[in-house]
Amino acid sequence: MNKITEKLLGIVAGYKGKFDGAFNIREDGGCVARQSTENIQITAHREGKPGLEVHVAPGTRDEKVYIPACVTKGDVDDLTYNDFYIGDGARVTIVAGCGVHTDDAGEARHNGVHRFFIGKGATVTYDEKHVGTGTGQGARRINPVTEAILEEDASLTMDTVQLGGVQSTIRKTEATLAARAKLIIRERLMTDGDETAETDFVVTLNGDDSATHVVSRSVAKGRSRQRFVSRLVGNARCSGHSECDAILADNAVVTAAPQLDAYNEDASLIHEAAIGKIAGEQILKLRTLGLTEEQAVNRIIQGFLK
Amino acid sequence: MLEIRNVGWTLPDGADILKDVSITIGEGKLVVITGPNGGGKTTLAKVVAGLVRPTTGSIWLDGKDITHMDITQRALQGISYGFQQPVRFKGLTVRELMELSAGHDLDMDGLCDLLGKVGLCTLDYIDRDVDGSLSGGEIKRVEIASVLARGTRIMIFDEPEAGIDLWSFNSLVSAFERLKDSHHTMIIISHQQRIIEIADEIIVLADGGIRLSGLREDVLPLLLESEMAGYCPVGKKVIA
Repeated sequence: MNKITEKLLGIVAGYKGKFDGAFNIREDGGCVARQSTENIQITAHREGKPGLEVHVAPGTRDEKVYIPACVTKGDVDDLTYNDFYIGDGARVTIVAGCGVHTDDAGEARHNGVHRFFIGKGATVTYDEKHVGTGTGQGARRINPVTEAILEEDASLTMDTVQLGGVQSTIRKTEATLAARAKLIIRERLMTDGDETAETDFVVTLNGDDSATHVVSRSVAKGRSRQRFVSRLVGNARCSGHSECDAILADNAVVTAAPQLDAYNEDASLIHEAAIGKIAGEQILKLRTLGLTEEQAVNRIIQGFLK
Repeated sequence: MLEIRNVGWTLPDGADILKDVSITIGEGKLVVITGPNGGGKTTLAKVVAGLVRPTTGSIWLDGKDITHMDITQRALQGISYGFQQPVRFKGLTVRELMELSAGHDLDMDGLCDLLGKVGLCTLDYIDRDVDGSLSGGEIKRVEIASVLARGTRIMIFDEPEAGIDLWSFNSLVSAFERLKDSHHTMIIISHQQRIIEIADEIIVLADGGIRLSGLREDVLPLLLESEMAGYCPVGKKVIA
């Protein structure tokens, strides 16, 4: 792998010279390293699409799999399909960071389509960190699509973070939950300059006692624009909560469009949305502790996006 | 020594919130400011901490005029202020707020010591966000602990008793007494007799002016008398 990939891997996947588990490292559309383990098999996509299949054996305990993807130069349009088959009762962490870098005028783009088939009682933690780097004029774009099907008693916790350098992102996430399945999504997003970010969540709660909690926290600065769309569909006795909190600065624009669809009288769905600048009182409080105004603002944003 | 010299603060509509207030607070003294609601107590505290700039008058610290200094500069000069209405933060934990206040990392012993003074069980709270999930009493205690964490030479507490249960209140009063023993200067805005009883000096602020001030042993009997009468002592009266 090249130096830029190594640096990006450090940012998006905590890479320090090696990974402790199964992994596949994708660089500019090709595979530069791959390792399966006894319980986690990584293979080429059987439908012949660019991308991978990750098979986690039933009952696997606390193992990790890393599938980071990096684009390290302009004029690369990377598209990958990764399918995850998680066996019943398995417990795994999947780290799927993506870094796009360009030092030239060409566009660096990564589109990742991730599908999760999560077996009965399995527990998945999915970490997805996105970053754009480099000094080139070329746009850095990341458009992830995530689809998840959770069987009975399955659980997925998705942490998704994008803290700058990506000119445009369109993020689509769709999930379907069977009985007692649980989905938690935590999104952290920061945009600046002329960047744009769109987030679109659709969660369908089909099974009794299924539950979801979708939390998006974002900071929009400069002239950036963000759009947050969430839709929770309750088809059974279920509970759903979505929350969009945005801090607005400069001339940025944030739109939040929540939708709740209840098709069962025992569906309990809630949405909360709050958009506004940093509360002046918060800055005052931190200044009384000796921080300057700038330090206070940075600390508040850092905590908010933690 | 902290001096408030002829401080006035007027709202844009012309209403006088503070009128020619002068107070001198000696090193290591505990001064309790009390008086009816709307009398100007919180505004006066904010003037000292730099959150409100006075319309007239000046603030002096150790013979140096600090009126022009902003909030941050005054904090760095050793002035701390505990808000009457604590501020809530999404994404800042109790531990992080304590460490920001202290200016360094804190170990479990340090955190236990701080939070214990305000009656909070450390393990239950350190990783909780200082946000809407804390009750009014809990966040008030966290706010007080943030001032204690700074441990600066001058500490201002604005109605520290508000929302605090009896058991925690006892340990809070003990914490104030210990600070007094270690020669910290404190200004406490309070209506609580237990706090007024540990003051060196008492100031009654009403209608933006000092109505009564002096040593605790002189002022407290008058306050208790007036409490029986159901009104605030009338007219400015300074007891030497």
